[in-house]
Amino acid sequence: MTEPILSVRDVWKQFGTQVAVAGVNLDVGHGEKLGIIGPNGSGKTTLINCITGILRPERGTVIFEGSDISDLPAYRRARRGIARSFQIPRPFVGISVIQNIQVPLDYVEDAANGPNRAIELLALVGLESRADCPADSLTHLELRKLELARALAASPRLLIADEVMAGLSEAEIDEVLEKLFVLNDRGVTVIMIEHIMHAIMRFSKRLVCMETGQIIADGSPQDVGRDPEVRRVYFGEQASR
Amino acid sequence: MNEWRFIVGTLVVLSVGALLSHTATNAYVYYAGFVALQYVVISTGWNILGGYAGYVNFGSGAFVGLGTYTAIFLFNSLAAPLWIQILGAALVGGLLGLAMGYLTLRIQGVYFSIATLALTAVLSTGIVNWKYVGGARGITVLASQPTVWFPSIVSYVFFAMLLLAVISITIARGIERSWIGRGLAAIRADEQAAECAGVPTLKLKLFAATVSGALLAMAGAPYPYYASYVDPDSAFSINYALNALAMPLIGGTRTWIGPLIGALLLSGVEQAATVTIPSEVNLLIVGLVLIGFVVAAPDGLLGLAGRRFTQGKRP
Repeated sequence: MTEPILSVRDVWKQFGTQVAVAGVNLDVGHGEKLGIIGPNGSGKTTLINCITGILRPERGTVIFEGSDISDLPAYRRARRGIARSFQIPRPFVGISVIQNIQVPLDYVEDAANGPNRAIELLALVGLESRADCPADSLTHLELRKLELARALAASPRLLIADEVMAGLSEAEIDEVLEKLFVLNDRGVTVIMIEHIMHAIMRFSKRLVCMETGQIIADGSPQDVGRDPEVRRVYFGEQASR
Repeated sequence: MNEWRFIVGTLVVLSVGALLSHTATNAYVYYAGFVALQYVVISTGWNILGGYAGYVNFGSGAFVGLGTYTAIFLFNSLAAPLWIQILGAALVGGLLGLAMGYLTLRIQGVYFSIATLALTAVLSTGIVNWKYVGGARGITVLASQPTVWFPSIVSYVFFAMLLLAVISITIARGIERSWIGRGLAAIRADEQAAECAGVPTLKLKLFAATVSGALLAMAGAPYPYYASYVDPDSAFSINYALNALAMPLIGGTRTWIGPLIGALLLSGVEQAATVTIPSEVNLLIVGLVLIGFVVAAPDGLLGLAGRRFTQGKRP
């Protein structure tokens, strides 16, 4: 692996006495397809929040494309090429669907712009017919698509997809996966957090499992899937549901 | 096309105002007109931070009062003409907005509102203890008759207020339709998601607080010429804070039209109430109207109309 696009060094984040991320080290290579699994509350989303700048860790550094971004506010990290979708869709309600897409186009300088760019993005996720609807009139599936389109609008070099497929049907999962594959082929590094195992196993080339704020397994999806510790904390938990 | 309509509209409004300022014989026209137009400026100014960005400012009285007393100070010390007083008020109000924003906007949501509440009390106490601008007793401001064009000082002040109303609406409309407006709407909806979409939330909020503060202070600047007597209680009146909030809520906070409608409605109702019933009941009416709107039309009249419209359009 050449120099990683993202390098997380010893990141530590706690809320009060509750340690959410306990000294995580993680390197992500250019163009990689990385999956992150782990039981609920294992620190996956907190780690993502530390990477995107929503949260400031107590300790540790985040290096993106060779420069230390630990002290940058979230919007500057977005402008450098880190985009994310949120676990629960967070649309900009009160403005139309197409204006939602226009926001990152306005504010991220590198975003490939142009008069039809917003419509193209909506077409990519199949929302073009809803362009002028208010964002709060969308269905759950449409909101997830909007979330993805908004993340893509920033022309990211690193996309973090936090449970974009939760609640979707099998056909819809295939649809979203297809889009992520296409994106990855164009050189975008993708980090995927997902509970839908067959989707993440299909997508990822490398899988990481988190538990109580630490990475307990890191390797090929097959190896991580066979790891006894992973089976105990994650699959075991799933089986007992 | 839309731009042309807006430009033609403003020119028509200004011409009618100019005509009115020369022809109306009944001084009540100027009196009621001034109040209504002042409300338009206050409502529009408040809405830039309170509506577009969603940061509810309870301290409008502080800004309006500061504008009034800036005008008094400039008149007293430099005998400055009205337009200098207005510019001075806008400058000071903008700075206060920026300072208040810098101190409080890092805190999200409701804490900001609480902080703004204290601002009016702090400023009015300061003025009460400042003898140069009249202190607690108040001050009489005798403006000289306008030398050019306008027949009387009231008609002059009326037209100045009309100009301010047009300016503030043009600014609000410009912000609303630009990338700044979209950024503010994103902040209002979800600040973290806005950050992750590249929106510099703190900078935009400071910008909105500055513009909003400047417009609110501007609304207070012509008041000394209009009333010729000013005391801290009327300049920093709690009514400003209440009305500034009520008018955009009544009209709708997402567009520039909402605050305009709200201001015209509320000033109309107030004028009607003032001439028919005692003034204390006045405030009660505003309160009741506000509660009614919060319950029945949380997005204001425009929201209500918009909902009807989109419901009709859907299959």
